[in-house]
Amino acid sequence: MKWLATYPERCVGCESCMLTCSKTWFKEENKELSRIKVLQKDSGYEINVCNQCGICIDICPTLALNRDASGVVRCDENKCVGCLMCAGFCPTESMFIADQKDKPFKCIACGICSKECPSQALELMQD
Amino acid sequence: MNKMKLLAEWEYEPVKIQRGYAGRTLYVNVGDFSFKEKPVSEDMKEKFIGGRGFGLKLLWDAVKDTTKWNDPENELVISGGPLCGITQYPGSGKCYTVFISPLTEQTYDSNAGGHFGPLLKFSGWDALEIQGKADRDVIVFIDGDNNKVEIYESPFEDVNAFTVTEALHEYFAENEEDKRNISVVSTGKGAENSYWGCLNMSFYDLRRKAPRLKQAGRGGGGTVFRNKKLAAIVVRKRGIGPTSNNPADLSTLQKVGLKLHKEIRDLDDQQNKMRKVGTPHLNEIMNEYHLLPVHNYKFGQHPEADKIHSEVFGKLFTQGIPDGCWHGCSMACAKAVDGFELKTGPLKGKKVTVDGPEYETCAGLGSNIGIFDPEWIIEANFYADHYGIDTISSGTGFAFVCECYELGFLNKDITNGLELKFGSKDDLMELIHRIGRGDDEFARIVGLGVHRMKKIFAEKYGAPFEVMEKIGMEGQGIEVSEYVPKESVAQWGGYFLTLKGPQHDEAWLIFMDRINKQLPTFEDKAEALHYFPNFRLWFSLVGVCKLPWNDIEPADNVIKYKGIEAAKVPEHVQNYVDLFNAVTGKNITKEELIIQSEQVYNFQRVFQLRLGKGTRKDHYIPLRAIGPVFPDEWEARAEYYDNELKATGIDPEGLTTEEKIKKLQEYRLPQWEQLVDAVYKRRGWNKNGIPTIETLERLGIDYPEVVEVVKKHLKPEDEWEE
Repeated sequence: MKWLATYPERCVGCESCMLTCSKTWFKEENKELSRIKVLQKDSGYEINVCNQCGICIDICPTLALNRDASGVVRCDENKCVGCLMCAGFCPTESMFIADQKDKPFKCIACGICSKECPSQALELMQD
Repeated sequence: MNKMKLLAEWEYEPVKIQRGYAGRTLYVNVGDFSFKEKPVSEDMKEKFIGGRGFGLKLLWDAVKDTTKWNDPENELVISGGPLCGITQYPGSGKCYTVFISPLTEQTYDSNAGGHFGPLLKFSGWDALEIQGKADRDVIVFIDGDNNKVEIYESPFEDVNAFTVTEALHEYFAENEEDKRNISVVSTGKGAENSYWGCLNMSFYDLRRKAPRLKQAGRGGGGTVFRNKKLAAIVVRKRGIGPTSNNPADLSTLQKVGLKLHKEIRDLDDQQNKMRKVGTPHLNEIMNEYHLLPVHNYKFGQHPEADKIHSEVFGKLFTQGIPDGCWHGCSMACAKAVDGFELKTGPLKGKKVTVDGPEYETCAGLGSNIGIFDPEWIIEANFYADHYGIDTISSGTGFAFVCECYELGFLNKDITNGLELKFGSKDDLMELIHRIGRGDDEFARIVGLGVHRMKKIFAEKYGAPFEVMEKIGMEGQGIEVSEYVPKESVAQWGGYFLTLKGPQHDEAWLIFMDRINKQLPTFEDKAEALHYFPNFRLWFSLVGVCKLPWNDIEPADNVIKYKGIEAAKVPEHVQNYVDLFNAVTGKNITKEELIIQSEQVYNFQRVFQLRLGKGTRKDHYIPLRAIGPVFPDEWEARAEYYDNELKATGIDPEGLTTEEKIKKLQEYRLPQWEQLVDAVYKRRGWNKNGIPTIETLERLGIDYPEVVEVVKKHLKPEDEWEE
């Protein structure tokens, strides 16, 4: 299974992961549209990204969420009706919504952000 | 299935939904195969909002003062409402059926989940009006993809719900994947043979690969359906998505919806466990508080009730499936039993998926008839749906029959061999099948409902009418919906001061009134009987479900708010205000929300008046609804009732139980009259329960034809003294 490992203690908060992500998948540099979220906390940074646990698969009423051959949980846009149950029930709240988008979105473990990260806080893993 | 014979077709122009409305309604006459498109005016949206409001408005325009339920001009109107079909907020796929009821002979409205309401709207129609009577069984097909309506000759010899629904999902879908885009409305033979006909509205369960049935159960809509010779109404619309309803403000819908999903995720297991057991979570609560109807509402508790507790049903329901009846319903209370092997009837031996049972079915076709066997309840639930019979009315109706049987008013000669005592499982199941088959005279009489049974049992079998009047649990012609109201004065009103009879969709005030003692005066009770019926009616205008309002509450609801305010669940009320504004682009407040409801509440009250009902005499209450009728009822809670008597200033010492019962009735009946007065005043009605002209004017529903109906019935002696 492919998934993105995070090392928040190494994060410097440069946000390049978020900008790269949104640029890659939504053709727009906009943190709101990123599938990975970095939040500043008192003690440093928190990185919120899907760990591909798959709980959302059983929550989805329209069978829009499935694992692909790499084990990554992906959303079939044609089946998704934007009900947001997946977002509401995600244990890590890593299924995101944004004002401009009528459907939720999540990390699909492409690994592009990990290449952009200057501090090795992200690593694409393959179990 | 062979190709069906097309009898008529009509094409229409596609339309884009604008802020929750298609802006037009569809009229289909199955008698002469005519079709019409009717525009929805701004005034109609302002005054009637949608859903049940549209249904009542269209029905008003369609019928005469003298129209009966089985006249061709009676209609079945189905309408969702402006919020119906949004995918972001739990419980947003409801639609409402409106018709003149065979049971109550006045307007009735009954709601169902399933996908019919949303797919109808997204096919371009805010409402569907069916009028006329066909000369043979027909199927109406609304093809929302190709913008046409077709009427087919029904090929079904067996019009029962599961048969018809399964076949039509198959027939109209191009492949398995396409079945999700279809919804079927159906009923069954039992609806033809009784006045208890329900409507089943389907959605296709993608995981079970089977259609599921949600019921508009009450009032006899299924009976009207079959009287029109409808075998089914089908809608197909592909490509439903997050913006199909074209809301003014999608972002707010998403935020409000996501917030509630998280509340349900975090709190449902601690609160009502709707996701695991659905409404049967109430089974043990009602038993604990003496509210579970047992033996025709004689008692509120039973030692065997633990056999039907929610834990038992939780094990029978398949877990882990998103059981919402419309997209986005994370409350997921549409529970089902899978692989259930039927033990009786025409489908004996078949393994089926059974929807439910809901609480009211467990109580009606369970405790109320002395049966505490979950497998029996599931089987009865299946056949009731299949035959198109309301489980609530039939439950209360059978309970009445059992008590009459045990009192000796009925015997095996009358029942054609059935021993209909409480708990007679085999014979009661056979009674359900006899209603389904329609081949037994006694079963046909039973299916006419308690109101008519009282008269027929007296006239035909010599049963004492005055006793049956006391124990027949019905109001306005329809059976009480499975909560024991005896000990809550406010709930007497919650059931019997209603628009259409004792159904729990107006007000459920028992805890507030009796347990928490938050409604001490008649004015307090009247205020609750103004606010809650109107607030809850609003769900029926916009197309959403009541359950996500207060079957889940914010964690701090009872900390932040006290008493009645807490019972209103203010944050969820605000959710609805936000949703309405986000869809329609309007800017209503929570106070204006109540006024929207009041407009329709009072319109419907005048409609009942127009049809010859709707006055004080129609708000009658049976004695069993206000206290014990027979000594065993008193003696089951002797200490409690003795104390009740003492609290009225009467010393029970030395009185026989019969005397005590009489004394309590003599105390409570004037209380009922006081309640009626207080409620009528608060609602802006006169002493006879008729909305005053001032009330109509205040609500802007003083249309000439409405005022004319009211004026005909206004009398000076019915005015309140200053």
